[in-house]
Amino acid sequence: MDPDLIANILYATIRTGTPLLLVALGELVCEKSGVLNLGQEGMMLMGAVAGFIAAYHLGDSGIGIVSALVLAMAAGALMSLLFAFITLSLNANQVASGLALTIFGLGLSSFVGLGYVGIALNGIQPWELPLLSDLPLLGKVLFSHDPLVYFSLAMAALLAWFFRSTRAGLIVKAVGESPESAQALGLPVLRVRYLAVLFGGAMTGLAGAYLSLVYTPLWADHMSAGRGWIALALVVFASWRVGRAVLGAYLFGLMSIMHLVLQGFEIAISPNLLATLPYLVTIAVLVLLSSNQARSKLFAPLSLGKPFQPGH
Amino acid sequence: MHAKRTFPIARLALAGLALTTAFLSGCSKPEVDTAEVKTESPQESVASVTGQEPLKVGFVYVGPTGDAGWTYSHDKARQFMQAELGDKVKTTYVESVAEGADSERVINQLAKSGHQLIFTTSFGYMNPTLKVAKRYPDVKFEHSTGYKRADNVGTYFDRAYEGRYLTGMVAGLMTKNDTLGYVASFPIPEVVRGINAFTLGAQAVNPDVKVKVVWVSTWYDPGKEREAAETMILQGADVLTQHTDSPGVINAAEAQGVYAIGYHSDMSEYGKTAHLTATVHNWGPLYTRKAQAVLDGDWESEAFWGGFADETLSLAPFNDAVPEDVRSRVEAAKAALIAGELHPFHGPLNDRSGVEKLAAGSNLSDEDMLGMNWFVAGIEGELPQ
Repeated sequence: MDPDLIANILYATIRTGTPLLLVALGELVCEKSGVLNLGQEGMMLMGAVAGFIAAYHLGDSGIGIVSALVLAMAAGALMSLLFAFITLSLNANQVASGLALTIFGLGLSSFVGLGYVGIALNGIQPWELPLLSDLPLLGKVLFSHDPLVYFSLAMAALLAWFFRSTRAGLIVKAVGESPESAQALGLPVLRVRYLAVLFGGAMTGLAGAYLSLVYTPLWADHMSAGRGWIALALVVFASWRVGRAVLGAYLFGLMSIMHLVLQGFEIAISPNLLATLPYLVTIAVLVLLSSNQARSKLFAPLSLGKPFQPGH
Repeated sequence: MHAKRTFPIARLALAGLALTTAFLSGCSKPEVDTAEVKTESPQESVASVTGQEPLKVGFVYVGPTGDAGWTYSHDKARQFMQAELGDKVKTTYVESVAEGADSERVINQLAKSGHQLIFTTSFGYMNPTLKVAKRYPDVKFEHSTGYKRADNVGTYFDRAYEGRYLTGMVAGLMTKNDTLGYVASFPIPEVVRGINAFTLGAQAVNPDVKVKVVWVSTWYDPGKEREAAETMILQGADVLTQHTDSPGVINAAEAQGVYAIGYHSDMSEYGKTAHLTATVHNWGPLYTRKAQAVLDGDWESEAFWGGFADETLSLAPFNDAVPEDVRSRVEAAKAALIAGELHPFHGPLNDRSGVEKLAAGSNLSDEDMLGMNWFVAGIEGELPQ
């Protein structure tokens, strides 16, 4: 294979993996605190439409783009606030509420974006880092991306540090493992969970903006096309570890790129089969993880998805 | 076209209100309205003055009406028919109706509420349409892209391959690398027919041309369609087209500085410099004719398959980048298609492996075209079986 093609495949891998990574990092924090939010598709679409509308009216450069990204995060966070209120304050079922949030987001984003279908923006352009981007191969693969790629990696590093070395990180984990004990220790369980859910919403909203401002700079109904669900699988795949989420996101990205690239080489594998690769990989990893049941139990937050009523 | 865009604040406020209401009620029930029913009737009073009730015509759409794509083309036709027939008709449409049980309910509701002619515009509505049609023998139904008919159910489709052939000519004349890229959804006859016609059109004007095909295994994923387009650009394609529903491919072509050809509707808005032309479904004249037939009482169930000859297809306006000699060659071919002197699938035709599929001098039959499951020579990429 010629080096240019390899560089381009790896470049596209990172770009395809980035929205998955953003969602997965948000959901990872949310799940670490013991809350399972299945509303990613809905939150992502709201982020996508809010970011797009803002960029359309404020201009897609400089301050306009920054505001658009902030608004996209706010839209995702607002959606997740609704979810947090329902599940944390009213103690509704997390799975049902998350699914409802997805359906709600699908409809609401279509409605909000109705007048914006058919507009294309320039979108967020890649930053060619000086000098580094001129390196052969690596320059293209690592140093010619849009700012959100670097942001997602910085956020991953920050979260890895947060969970490993900070007291706040330990508190989040404690709340996710055993909210009763955490409360007995005097930790504010509900507040921690609210913040974790809001963080998850904001990151997912940003992932939505990545789709509507970087990946395909246009608004189209339901443009998340199932990426929220892949990101959910990715969190399980990563067994709730930040580093593995980064690797997993790029692995999923590579799989979906290879689905397209392999066809160019006339390799006689059914494209429908290739399209299922990311899911096959998830299943394979799940099987591996569960081969040692104790191992997988160590990774999943113990109280994940269980309602908790403070003071009881 | 974008009248609604001027009121973003109101729209956002409404959305905020919806969110707040859901929030305050603390209710986990999704407040989603997936099927909005809209009725448009010009001057009902006029109709009642003349003493004749307008013919109620219903439309069931699979997607949002939007600004491009399949559903958009049907809604434009609805508006065309409404404008042509004025207050003789009153149209209703229901958008984003899921195929299956949902659609049966919607079609039934339209029939029950006095619609005498109902257009159902997606393949998956075929069985629901027939089921409802049995219950309402006096209502006429027109199902698009299907093959099952009844006394009160007709089917209609367009010969989109004619448009594919002409746009293939444009691509074949505009390419510099002799390499075209085709983003395809699933290997069903309708898609395969389009790819073959496009290739034959391009070969007719450029014998060296090759067509690369990438299957994305989805009808709709703007991100993936764009990624597929970029993959082909990397492999040398400099004119792209697609058989998927989003403008992702046009968008990618615009960003990468190559040409693209749209499908379903004029997609030039998504690629001002990239978009050369598009194959456009033009259902307006057909809808008008069908409604007029019901008004006149001589509607009959038929399997309609129309093309340029009866205006069921059209080409989007050419981009300025398309030179005069290209335009005139395409226009001449279009005139020949209409006159019946040119058929896109004219023998001799061989498949990729060199097996003869059609003898010299004859045209492929409708039946063979409807079941097409082979690639013509000159296409790169496997046809999954």
